[in-house]
Amino acid sequence: MDLNTRLRQVAVVGAAGKMGSGIALLLALELAYRALEQPDATFILNLIDMNDAGLQGLVRYLRDQAAKDGEKQINRLRALFRDRADLVDNQDMVQEFVFEVLLRIRTGKTLALAAESLLVFEAAFETEEVKHAIYRDLAARCPAETFFLTNTSSIPLQPLGEACGIPGRLIGFHFYNPPAVQKLVELIRPRDCAPELAALAGELARTLRKTTVPANDIAGFIGNGHFIRDGLYAIREVERLAPEHGFVPALYLVDRVSRDFLLRPMGIFQLMDYVGIDVFQLITRVMAAHLGEDLHSELIDRVLALGVKGGQAPGGAQKPGFLDYQKGRPAAVYDPAAGAYASLDSPWAREADARLGPLPEPGQSWKALSRDPDPTAKLTAWFRSLRDLDTLGADLARRHYRASRETGLGLVRRGVADGPEDVNEVLKLGFFHLYGPITDYL
Amino acid sequence: MKAMPRPVYLAAGAYTVSLGPGRREFNPRTGRPGLDHYIREAGRAVLAQIGDPAVIDEGVIGNFMAARFNRQGHLGSLMTIVHPSLEYKPALRVEGACASGGLALATGIKSVLSGLADVVLVMGVEVQNTVKALYCADYLAGAGYYAGERKDGPAFFFPGRFSERAGAYGAKVGPALARSAMARWYRNAVEHARLNPDAQEYHNSVPDLLAHGLTPPNPRTFTEHLNLFDCSKVSDGAAAILLASGEGLRRLGLARQDAVEVAGFGQLAANLTAPPPDLTELTTCRLAAAQAMAMAGIAIQDAGVFEVHDCFTISGLLSVEALGLAAPGAGAELVLAGATARTGPFPMNTGGGLIGYGHPTGASGVRMAVDLWRQLTGRAGTCQVPLAREHGIMVSMGGNDKTVVSLVLRR
Repeated sequence: MDLNTRLRQVAVVGAAGKMGSGIALLLALELAYRALEQPDATFILNLIDMNDAGLQGLVRYLRDQAAKDGEKQINRLRALFRDRADLVDNQDMVQEFVFEVLLRIRTGKTLALAAESLLVFEAAFETEEVKHAIYRDLAARCPAETFFLTNTSSIPLQPLGEACGIPGRLIGFHFYNPPAVQKLVELIRPRDCAPELAALAGELARTLRKTTVPANDIAGFIGNGHFIRDGLYAIREVERLAPEHGFVPALYLVDRVSRDFLLRPMGIFQLMDYVGIDVFQLITRVMAAHLGEDLHSELIDRVLALGVKGGQAPGGAQKPGFLDYQKGRPAAVYDPAAGAYASLDSPWAREADARLGPLPEPGQSWKALSRDPDPTAKLTAWFRSLRDLDTLGADLARRHYRASRETGLGLVRRGVADGPEDVNEVLKLGFFHLYGPITDYL
Repeated sequence: MKAMPRPVYLAAGAYTVSLGPGRREFNPRTGRPGLDHYIREAGRAVLAQIGDPAVIDEGVIGNFMAARFNRQGHLGSLMTIVHPSLEYKPALRVEGACASGGLALATGIKSVLSGLADVVLVMGVEVQNTVKALYCADYLAGAGYYAGERKDGPAFFFPGRFSERAGAYGAKVGPALARSAMARWYRNAVEHARLNPDAQEYHNSVPDLLAHGLTPPNPRTFTEHLNLFDCSKVSDGAAAILLASGEGLRRLGLARQDAVEVAGFGQLAANLTAPPPDLTELTTCRLAAAQAMAMAGIAIQDAGVFEVHDCFTISGLLSVEALGLAAPGAGAELVLAGATARTGPFPMNTGGGLIGYGHPTGASGVRMAVDLWRQLTGRAGTCQVPLAREHGIMVSMGGNDKTVVSLVLRR
């Protein structure tokens, strides 16, 4: 059965969530364009979530985003609607396109809605219990030829597919956040994956204009395999530095070094907040259970117990986590002892900056280098300067760089990634790093 | 065309800021002033320059598409908000696409010439930032032949139409020369606008304007022969000025040197449903300007300051030729040589023009008259250029050269 046939009956489970809504948008647009190009075929997108308000918010989101997409694709719409005498203005066509997108959408709260679906995307809560329950249910409801694409970022697929009675019909199709924008899809092919499904997943990724990187079916895969260990390394660094500098300045130091000295788009604690500290914990549990590795963090348990979770508000604004934010930028650091945030606009932050010492020369920023088609020479100069600096900042940066590199090498060693390039590609595309962890700048 | 049967003067002009992308205070996500605000502000700035507003006999307001941009018709009645003394007097809105402002002037001139009015308040207004540029393009497409052209036309309709003209002109003079001249036109427009605090490009601080102007057009996202810098932006604004007979000037308490005389005017319409006879010529503009100059009894060499309708850089180049300042195909060289810059022999669009000041469509013709009046009476402030000649000329164009009003003004 070809991709086009399967796309005529699609479902997204967990559609109102952060990842699910992005996946729903990508599919809704793709199905609408196919429907316009194939007027005799029907295309249906079943969007399933347990949250009524979430589903209504999702439809509103799809309406707004469909209009924006239609505006961007106006020349394509004018060509598609060439024979529609009733559609003349750009506005007529964009409105009709929005209608065509919404026409394909069915929303509901039960998995029964997926019963006729030939492709099911799942982006449900990241625990094995939840995923098992969903796939057991879907296995009983969906046709035998249905393929399942899970957005899990950590759970091994082979045992999941076997336990739920869908062996060979499950593949990991891990979008990065936000799915509509991020180019990366981490493709995880379990041992028994049907060749037809693997080929179909590749074709689908090309259709959605995504770049795939293969990862092997080992808990955490490449993305979280690096991120979780990088985050835990940062927590250990904070714990190491806290006795001398105090907890709040130590966390600030490690976050700033990872952003400004290692030239990443955001600091490591900001990234943990972005992902959500609760999600971070869920992933450590999945990985620990499958890998037998100690990935437990007392600090994570402690801040979650205090109700500090990070993650994003429905409008996309960053919620407070390890850091608090103003206009999207870190503005304060959480102090678990006080149960309150300590503002960065304070003498302690300036003292911490002074202790870090100057940045390497010549000055660079992630933002400027991210627009540079080949930043290699500038990065080489940056790290050469970093290597020669005898400051706390340079020392922390060198330690973090080496730890990150070691984590990357470990992923290759354990067979999670087929080679260093795949690790580097995931970090560059999925995390917007300027360079992969397995590079020799230091 | 006969000479003006009776002297008609222009005085006490004013216009608002042209608000839109480029102005620091413009934010598409927050609320913005509407039609009433602009009408009041421009109208009251005129009244502030005269004695008793009660001497105004009539009002005319030019507007193109408020019915779509603002869901508001009946602007003749709306313009009485400028002052209570305008109530229970004649007032009307006139429309001729982007020449609506020019048409308002022509309508007012005829009222004064008829003898039925001695003082006419002429205004123009447009508030377009109510919709995104893509939908603005829909509304402005009403200046073309909607039933015959819109369906198969480009998404950005008028940029597409003038891209055809730019392509034809490039084929005639060489694409590189055409592109360079269009880039130079853009540079002049922004440099002039930087001297005009009300201009949309007043805050533009780009160091290398020519480099922007030379940006290769992208046919996939916009048009084949025009880049975004070739286009006037989406603008909100209003302009106002008084037309008066000799008796009217006296009633207004204004001296002759406060005013300029309308020495001649041309007002023409061409067939909206027919394609332009020659893509490389603004035929209607040429004929209207010739009519205005014949009526004034002058030649183009008698004019020392110019206002042309540069909705696109290419229409600026073609206007230079339509006025007779250059032979067909020779306008590009003239512009490249700097002749139309404020320092050149033919200072053109000294307040920035449509590209530099902005193009609140219905207001543009009136704004041109205000800029010429300011130059000819020495009121142009930082924009003032030295005047070697007694006349100024303006050409206000609607659609693809379909409605044109040209005025010759005498100091």
